[in-house]
Amino acid sequence: MARTPAELAGANSGAPFEITMDGRPVPALPGQSVAAALWSAGILAWRTTRTTGRPRGAFCGIGQCYDCLATINGEPNRRACLVPARPGDAITTQEGHGHARIGV
Amino acid sequence: MPVSASDPYDLAVIGAGSAGLAGAVTAAGLGLSVALLDAAPQTGGQFYRHPARAIGAARPEALHHDWAAFAALRRRLERSDVRHLPGHHVWAVTQEDGEQWAVHAVTGADGTAERSVRVRARTVLLATGAYERQLPFPGWTVPGVVGAGGAQAMLKSGLVLPGKRIVVAGSGPLLLAVASSLAVAGARVPAVIEASGYLGYARHPRALAAHPHKLVEAAVHGAALLRHRVRLCTRSAVTEVHGTERVAAVTVTRLDRDWRPVRGTGRRIDCDALAVGHGLVPQIELATALGCATRRTTDGTLALTLDALQETSVRGLWAAGETGGVGGTQLALAEGELAGLAAAARLHGHPVHEGRLRALRRRRDRMRAFAEAMAVSHAPAAGWTDWLTDDTEVCRCEEVTAGTIRAAVSGLGAHDARTVKLLTRAGMGWCQGRMCGTATACLAAGEGAAEPPAAHRPVEPPAERRPLAVPVPLSALAASPDEPAGGRPDTAPADGD
Repeated sequence: MARTPAELAGANSGAPFEITMDGRPVPALPGQSVAAALWSAGILAWRTTRTTGRPRGAFCGIGQCYDCLATINGEPNRRACLVPARPGDAITTQEGHGHARIGV
Repeated sequence: MPVSASDPYDLAVIGAGSAGLAGAVTAAGLGLSVALLDAAPQTGGQFYRHPARAIGAARPEALHHDWAAFAALRRRLERSDVRHLPGHHVWAVTQEDGEQWAVHAVTGADGTAERSVRVRARTVLLATGAYERQLPFPGWTVPGVVGAGGAQAMLKSGLVLPGKRIVVAGSGPLLLAVASSLAVAGARVPAVIEASGYLGYARHPRALAAHPHKLVEAAVHGAALLRHRVRLCTRSAVTEVHGTERVAAVTVTRLDRDWRPVRGTGRRIDCDALAVGHGLVPQIELATALGCATRRTTDGTLALTLDALQETSVRGLWAAGETGGVGGTQLALAEGELAGLAAAARLHGHPVHEGRLRALRRRRDRMRAFAEAMAVSHAPAAGWTDWLTDDTEVCRCEEVTAGTIRAAVSGLGAHDARTVKLLTRAGMGWCQGRMCGTATACLAAGEGAAEPPAAHRPVEPPAERRPLAVPVPLSALAASPDEPAGGRPDTAPADGD
């Protein structure tokens, strides 16, 4: 019996590469979404809500709910469940609507 | 084959899942020029979602049922002239000059590439599938609570799990499939919590007998659940999630026949994730924006009204798969093929493949009957709103609580979802009510309404009319008139033509 989904599906990708979540290194497999890479590192939340500042992460997994919005390489409001992870991507916790730092 | 790049396609298919793929290859096989648009980077839709090629999955079929059917469709697509346009998020379909359609899309993994694309076509097949229906409960916004379909989607495409010990809850047959795939992929699944019973199926013996493959499917899932010691608790619901930063445990409560929690029956199950969903909602906004007629399905959702050959009430616009009512991949394949045949017959000006048409229609009608029997067995009953506390968030995007919505209903006289939305902002956020629409409509109709809700009254559909089907950057909108028409600039040459 397979112990991990990757073993089950016989994943044989190239070497994992690194992205960062608030500066912390996180491994990602080529072809994984940003959300998938974060899940596999045990990270379930990468956003805080506008009103109550509560943590959120991926919910619907198919791009419908927008709960997984993340700031990716300085750009807020990217749907992490749809965006593929690329080597060196810097994911940062998106606070509120994500525009605080750019003054919009 | 059109000779000029500015010629419209014969058929634009929106959605590359089972229905769209079947429609596209069928139409192309009959000589139509076809564009196949899909938001995802690869074909398969949600059911046949699979890892990107770069992940190098040697056995993608390990996470699927009936992968061979998809593999065959994909081979037919590769051998066809169909122009596959991946990463195209369609935000509107419009009619131009009466006889011609324009499909408008933004591109990129999440639609933020800000390139606007317009594809022109003589006919359109809408095969956009469905998304998950959610009913809120205290704690459902805690990280680690994920959609049941969402957990499966992330597993199928990213080979990841939301936790190690995952409770699966909600209602509908999808839960068994989700629980068995999570368990097979290495998660511990302590229980599947189903709000309905399965006795409802017994009321439709004829529909069941006509679908032995559904019984086989159920047996396969059942065997997997037994093997992994997953308990199935019917007539129960998760009524609370414990944990603040992430899921620590859930409370499971028995329900009465009307889905009201039975007091004093709550028990705690430790877990680090919860996968939850209450069936699926057809994704039909592109069609409703065009004024297509809709019908209420047996579980209270809204689906497109289609004729015997899958055409919507708007001439030249066909639909197949979940857009006509949730029914699964086998039905989607039959309907996609039917629509492809019908579009070809229309454009060729004469009927084609009469025998095949009849066989497909019979299969479709049988499978539709089964799907509707199944849907009614799992339809949310009105008592579910009793598990909401006043501070339970209903609208996840705008953080609107059940208490706020109840106040709008009882204090301000809002009796429908639209008025509630205007007064509270429920459904006005990013997802445009896709997650909270069902719940908001239930709260609006069920509380303070003139008549108390009847037991098993079907839930109201979410606000299904949205002028833009996906968010569009203003820059893309502004740029669209200058963009060249989709046309067929780089279609691969046909083999052997």
